[in-house]
Amino acid sequence: MASLIDLANPTRFMRLSAALLPWFAAAAAVFLATGLYLAWFVAPADYQQGETIRIMFIHVPAAWLAMMFYSVMAVSAFGTLVWRHPLADVAQKAAAPIGACFALVCLITGALWGKPMWGTYWVWDARLTSVLVLLLIYLGIIALWRVLDEPLRAARAVAILTLVGFVNVPIIKFSVDWWNTLHQPASVLRMGGPTIHPSMLWPLLILAIGFTLFALALHMLGMRAEIMRRRVRTLTILEAERLDRLAAQGAAA
Amino acid sequence: MRRAFLAILKRDLALAARAGGGGELALVFFLTLVVLVPFALGPDLNLLSRIGPAILWLGALLSVLIGLDRLFQSDEEDGSLDLIRASALPLELAVLSKGLAHWLTTGLPLALVSPLLGLLVALPGEGVLPLIATLLVGTPALSFIGAGGAALAASLRRGGLIVPVLVAPLTVPVLIFGVSAANAALGGTVPFLTPFLILCAISLMAIVVGTIAAAAALRSVD
Repeated sequence: MASLIDLANPTRFMRLSAALLPWFAAAAAVFLATGLYLAWFVAPADYQQGETIRIMFIHVPAAWLAMMFYSVMAVSAFGTLVWRHPLADVAQKAAAPIGACFALVCLITGALWGKPMWGTYWVWDARLTSVLVLLLIYLGIIALWRVLDEPLRAARAVAILTLVGFVNVPIIKFSVDWWNTLHQPASVLRMGGPTIHPSMLWPLLILAIGFTLFALALHMLGMRAEIMRRRVRTLTILEAERLDRLAAQGAAA
Repeated sequence: MRRAFLAILKRDLALAARAGGGGELALVFFLTLVVLVPFALGPDLNLLSRIGPAILWLGALLSVLIGLDRLFQSDEEDGSLDLIRASALPLELAVLSKGLAHWLTTGLPLALVSPLLGLLVALPGEGVLPLIATLLVGTPALSFIGAGGAALAASLRRGGLIVPVLVAPLTVPVLIFGVSAANAALGGTVPFLTPFLILCAISLMAIVVGTIAAAAALRSVD
């Protein structure tokens, strides 16, 4: 927690993130390259699904990241409302489009996988429906950010919406256990350990780490951009006030 | 405190009754939706009666969503919201009374009118009372989740469709269990009480969470 308080200073955050960003990006590139090579050339084709199993290496990390970024937003929302952490709202705002894109990638790759496997692009089972609802909540959050213009007020309103919508995340995770779904049940994060073979598990985990580093690098970039956007906004307001004062003095003189 | 609660309740009921654009408009919108669906689907009564409860529930949901703007926006515009915030009554109780007034003028009439609209979709006789019951229990959830969404967008001039877009994903469980209960009463393997009691539970939780979220959103305006 002490380090989070240190990071509350935007200038210090900008310096730290400027130093860290190249490392995150490089590490992401290494992990992604390794993972994609392993996924494409080394991992075996599935005995039942053949080569289409390789969609899993994109689909599963995208799903994990969509949920992880919603959790990042929820934790930041908590930070905004409860601790009034100065950068928590910046973190929230930057996380929203990234998480939404991952949710969309998850749904699209899932549909492309479902057509050869299940015979349909879409089915209204619990897992797919709850991820679609997650995407809708993401889009609602992004819409609310754009509609409210003052940043701090917008942050608190969006924080409340994020926390209310967080109930969907455990529903997604446990949907394959609670309902009879077409989507397969949990194979990695479950009691009793993963049921997926190591030759496929390792590329999956490497790609998951790679995508996570990539997404975190994007998140840091987004936060830096948002901080700079706010600075520009403040400077614009101050300049407008200065011109107003000059005009008032000019009119009085 | 009770007097303040009742005062807000009476004021909102009077405004909804007099100022127009309140409950009556939601009823007319409900009628419009239920009339539009057979135009889209065709006059096959068998098809309509199979999806009748779903049409009526969707109509009720959309009618409640459309009318959520007026919950806080007019009060924000004329300054009464500031007075309510500054009063001794806790903001949660003020939201509770406004939400209750909204339900009494929107959800309750929708639930009571639904049998008549059930005739338009050939709802079987044994489905009427269960449908009214599910709507009576489910529309408070819609009003209060909607109050949470409306509070977030209270100060917007050109809000547009933002409140329905925000609220709709959160009302999905209410819709699912409401239609499930209404359908269960028409036959099938699931007993009526199972989804109905879950609907009651969701409603009670939604009333609490919606009230707290709306009060937090109204408080965070400055």
